[in-house]
Amino acid sequence: MKAPTPLTPSQTVGPFFTIGLSQLQNLEPLESPVSNLIAGEGNKISIAGRVFDGNNEAIPDALIEIWQANASGDFIDPNFFGFARSHTNDDPEGRFLFDTIKPGAASEVEAPYVCATVFMRGLLTQVYTRIYFSDEKEANSIDQILNQVPKTRRKSLIAQRNDSNGRILYEFNIHMQGDDETVFFSL
Amino acid sequence: MSRIDLNQHPPFAHSDYKSSLLRGPKKHPLDLSELCANSTIAKAGEFAGCLTNRFPVNEFANDLIRNSQQGGTPLGERIIVSGQVLNQWGKPEPGVLIEIWQANASGRYVHKADKQDAPLDPNFLGVGRCITDTNGYYRFYSIKPGAYPWKNHPNAWRPQHIHFSLIGESIADRLVTQMYFPGDPLLSHDPIFLSVPAGMQERLISTFDIGITEADFALGYHFDIVLAGAKATPTDGKGTI
Repeated sequence: MKAPTPLTPSQTVGPFFTIGLSQLQNLEPLESPVSNLIAGEGNKISIAGRVFDGNNEAIPDALIEIWQANASGDFIDPNFFGFARSHTNDDPEGRFLFDTIKPGAASEVEAPYVCATVFMRGLLTQVYTRIYFSDEKEANSIDQILNQVPKTRRKSLIAQRNDSNGRILYEFNIHMQGDDETVFFSL
Repeated sequence: MSRIDLNQHPPFAHSDYKSSLLRGPKKHPLDLSELCANSTIAKAGEFAGCLTNRFPVNEFANDLIRNSQQGGTPLGERIIVSGQVLNQWGKPEPGVLIEIWQANASGRYVHKADKQDAPLDPNFLGVGRCITDTNGYYRFYSIKPGAYPWKNHPNAWRPQHIHFSLIGESIADRLVTQMYFPGDPLLSHDPIFLSVPAGMQERLISTFDIGITEADFALGYHFDIVLAGAKATPTDGKGTI
């Protein structure tokens, strides 16, 4: 079999990515086709969080993308598109923010989760993580991926439900370094 | 075994690139392919693809010379950047969303965080998009971006570059990178470019191409891009749209 060609190497997204990768005001037709909203049938939820560096300071220019299954746990659905993008300038508190629906579990051995990809100035190659939900204790306890993550680090993958004003809100902070460093995955 | 060899990419910490030191993870990432292999999970969501041909892109969004004109034409050297997107097994990748952004001919971005003393160009925004065609080809029309100073170290300058973002079939194919120009003397001084492992750096340098060059109009540069991609198997196609 032919050996695979090496990949085109990654480079940092840099400090100016919002020009190309976020929705700009009054710039039709150049507005990005990617937003921070995922529409579909299911329970409406929001996921918000901040990203912290090795000094535990909030990072104001991190880009987060999510990819998730529909409410039945299917990632592949012609009537549902579970991809969205936000950055830590999307709200005044320096949080990324997604408005989406709660995904279903993809199989009997998995809990519901949202895949997340993280980019920022200073990060030369993107990192992947997962967002699980704090109100899915039973499902989380049988998830075959979560169960292979060292027990002391699992909490970094679980978004905490913290509803406000009737909105279902999950908080998911990402720590790039330090004692609480988020679990990242390579693919 | 992981599908993406992290050794092909820059490391998380590259000491000459100052902002990597507090932002790159310190712990080794967990190999999700290996975790899946130790489970009964058929396919993790990260590998479940159907992201191609899902993004609406305006037909002229790939023409940065014209897509943001305000009654005039942008200043600078007109260029064409074109190439093919393939996966590591050599298969062309159609339907890929490519998003690019760049500085203008003076090296200035239309961004509030770019505070350097170089002029904006009212007729140039520096944003473009396109979807790769059925054979994985793409083409952008633009202005050659200027080099610009930055604060990483004394007398630091970024080489001329265009930022590229690609969304392929699954998020495992996701790539954000920068394309450089041949013969740029700043490349050997740039810690971001030099963070790429030796032997892989030239993959980020476009080549001048007289075939892409359009007479009396613009110089052509060729830049092919290789994404991870899935190895074709007889079961592929099942469950895809």
